[in-house]
Amino acid sequence: MTATPTIGTETEKNYLNHQHGLKSWLLTEDHKRIALLYLLSITFFFFLGGLMAVLIRLELATPAGDLVESNTYNKLFTMHGVLMIFFFLIPSIPAVLGNFLIPLMIGAKDLAFPKINLLSWYIYILGGIFTVYVLIVGGVDTGWTFYTPLSTSYSNGYVIATGLGIFIAGFSSILTGLNFIVTVHRMRAPGMTWFRLPLFVWAHYATSLIQILGTPVVAVTLFLLVLERGFHIGFFDPAYGGDPVLYQHLFWFYSHPAVYIMILPSMGVVSEVISTFTQKKPFGYTFIAFSSVAIAVFGFLVWGHHLYVSSQSAYAGMVFSLLSYIVAIPSAIKVFNWTTTMYKGSVRMTTPMLYALGFIGLFTIGGLTGLFLASLGMDVHLTDTYFVVAHFHYVMVGGAVMGYLAGIHFWWPKMFGRMYPESWSRLSAIIIFLGFNLTFFPQFLLGYMGMPRRYHVYPPEFQVFNVLSSAGASVLGFGFVIPFVYLTWSLFYGEKAPANPWGATGLEWTTQSPPTYDNFAVTPVVTQEAYQYSTEEVAHVG
Amino acid sequence: MASTAAVPTFLKHHFESADQQKGASGIGMWLFLVTEIMFFGGLFLAYFVYRQAYPAAFASASSKLNLPLGAANTVVLICSSLTMAMAVHSAALGKQKLIIFYLIATLFLGGAFLGVKAYEYHDKWEHHEIPGENFDCETCADPGHAPLFFSLYFAMTGLHAMHMIIGVFIIFFLIQQAAKGAYTAKWSTPVEMFGLYWHFVDIVWIFLFPLLYLIDRVPGK
Repeated sequence: MTATPTIGTETEKNYLNHQHGLKSWLLTEDHKRIALLYLLSITFFFFLGGLMAVLIRLELATPAGDLVESNTYNKLFTMHGVLMIFFFLIPSIPAVLGNFLIPLMIGAKDLAFPKINLLSWYIYILGGIFTVYVLIVGGVDTGWTFYTPLSTSYSNGYVIATGLGIFIAGFSSILTGLNFIVTVHRMRAPGMTWFRLPLFVWAHYATSLIQILGTPVVAVTLFLLVLERGFHIGFFDPAYGGDPVLYQHLFWFYSHPAVYIMILPSMGVVSEVISTFTQKKPFGYTFIAFSSVAIAVFGFLVWGHHLYVSSQSAYAGMVFSLLSYIVAIPSAIKVFNWTTTMYKGSVRMTTPMLYALGFIGLFTIGGLTGLFLASLGMDVHLTDTYFVVAHFHYVMVGGAVMGYLAGIHFWWPKMFGRMYPESWSRLSAIIIFLGFNLTFFPQFLLGYMGMPRRYHVYPPEFQVFNVLSSAGASVLGFGFVIPFVYLTWSLFYGEKAPANPWGATGLEWTTQSPPTYDNFAVTPVVTQEAYQYSTEEVAHVG
Repeated sequence: MASTAAVPTFLKHHFESADQQKGASGIGMWLFLVTEIMFFGGLFLAYFVYRQAYPAAFASASSKLNLPLGAANTVVLICSSLTMAMAVHSAALGKQKLIIFYLIATLFLGGAFLGVKAYEYHDKWEHHEIPGENFDCETCADPGHAPLFFSLYFAMTGLHAMHMIIGVFIIFFLIQQAAKGAYTAKWSTPVEMFGLYWHFVDIVWIFLFPLLYLIDRVPGK
């Protein structure tokens, strides 16, 4: 944080300037500073993972394998997946925005366990070191799913080191989730009842449930994978008497709900942003709150839709198909409620709002194409094609990353006490939206036409759509660089932000920007429900 | 962080009251144990799937385990749960010497368990019953799937033993703190929380013992 000493020094004390020096950052127990440590680290991994994506799209610009060899290509998409999923998307909103905002939103001084919060960052960094080590020494080529027996008996990559890296990073995610749940239960300010909580907090509560229930399962699965590959203590390889499909069940038991770890926090952000920039209480507060919990619960019961073609019984497939359709209901409730909130609201097209609107559109497409994949017959045709790739990028990039950017822009003034240039940020939001669609929409068509994923060569008739996709990727990549530049710029030269630049409700806006070390001068007392806009907009803090 | 004299020294700055702090620790610990259940749960699932699929292999491989030692270890571990419970009780009463006494007893019993386990592992090594290159079980039924039982045996008891080893280190720390008089009738949360952990690890063994040692042990069959 080279930028931090210059921020706010001329004015009041805040969390950025109450202590100085590297040590005060590396040993901090302040949730706000830990959030910034995470912000720096996940940004690093985002651009590292993005670099892999650049190389993938460059290779796919032509049908022949002319840039990299097939083995290198395998490593590129594997590392792209590992970095983006485990080191960017999973920690993104919870570890940065959740960490920063949950105590502020519920009127607490910190999370329940500040030391564990710092520990989670160090664990995350340790896992990251393993992964970067793998990247330097030669990568891993199994795909981010590590299916056995490819991963345990045949792969030439560094499976064990990668597995350990993800295993370790998983505990960071568990500790974050655990901390959030305890915090929401025990640290709420007087009067902050459950149904006065901001929807952002509800979304994180649901996310945390998935983190603590799901992550241990993938941890033990990777542990068994390492035992099998490293010590020939067999569990999954038929050569040892095992069953590879058991691996897939265990893996997806976590890795499908993991999608909801990525998307639920984004939904929380969108609920806050839409409410603020329409100046209305979200339509159906309780429905949105409970739909988050419903997604977390049902999300655990759908993993079998990844195994329709993996010798899972057709009857199990039918049940998983039905359950997968059911997850669409709470997701749709949210989309309809957000849309209804905007109806007759005073909508302001600020940058966070543009990202939130982008989220609604792209997540809807991602969700609806998920229904295609959840249906048994359709999935047989689409399995392992670019349709799947397009679908989950619509959910993870179009959904999770859009929500992350909406949140970063929405709370940036609170986090750093500086405003960013609005024209640049709106422009980049539009560039990202267009670039994203140009990248991934053609992939739906490619997948439907039968282009399989994970190959670096393809028949010439697919080239048109691949060129479109690669062109879109360069627009998208450029779009991601712009916020990086102007947000960094704003740290030094941005206009000073007031406590509540958007006219939002919520306790985090009642304290100064950036907040003091203890967040609030006196512990707030809450007397009202959240989101009291319009005529009822009176002092939120008693 | 506590500035006023009325605030007890153990109260962290971000809590309003000792009750709030204790409640947070309690929920945190129980949630942690939930994650542990899910962690072991993956292994139990694998066990049930494979035992269902290959009952003969599991029954015959299970008979290779040393039942008397396993049973003795079960008794040792249950006793250690008792001494741990006594340590927590003593801490709640603020009886300094008794805390240390019961923690040392727990440490001793835990160490005994790990010693017996190490002996059993060594025995398996001698008999080529560790899956991998040297695995050789001529008398096992269904030799193609017998290694799966031993894989699960080592993964499950190994993870359990790892939890015991971590527990032993924590007991050392607790004894050291108790010797300094850190735990009083007003505040002994670490002892109490560690008690939960220790009981959890014991309960895991209570499940592991019958599942691994007691398959197909019906006399005269």
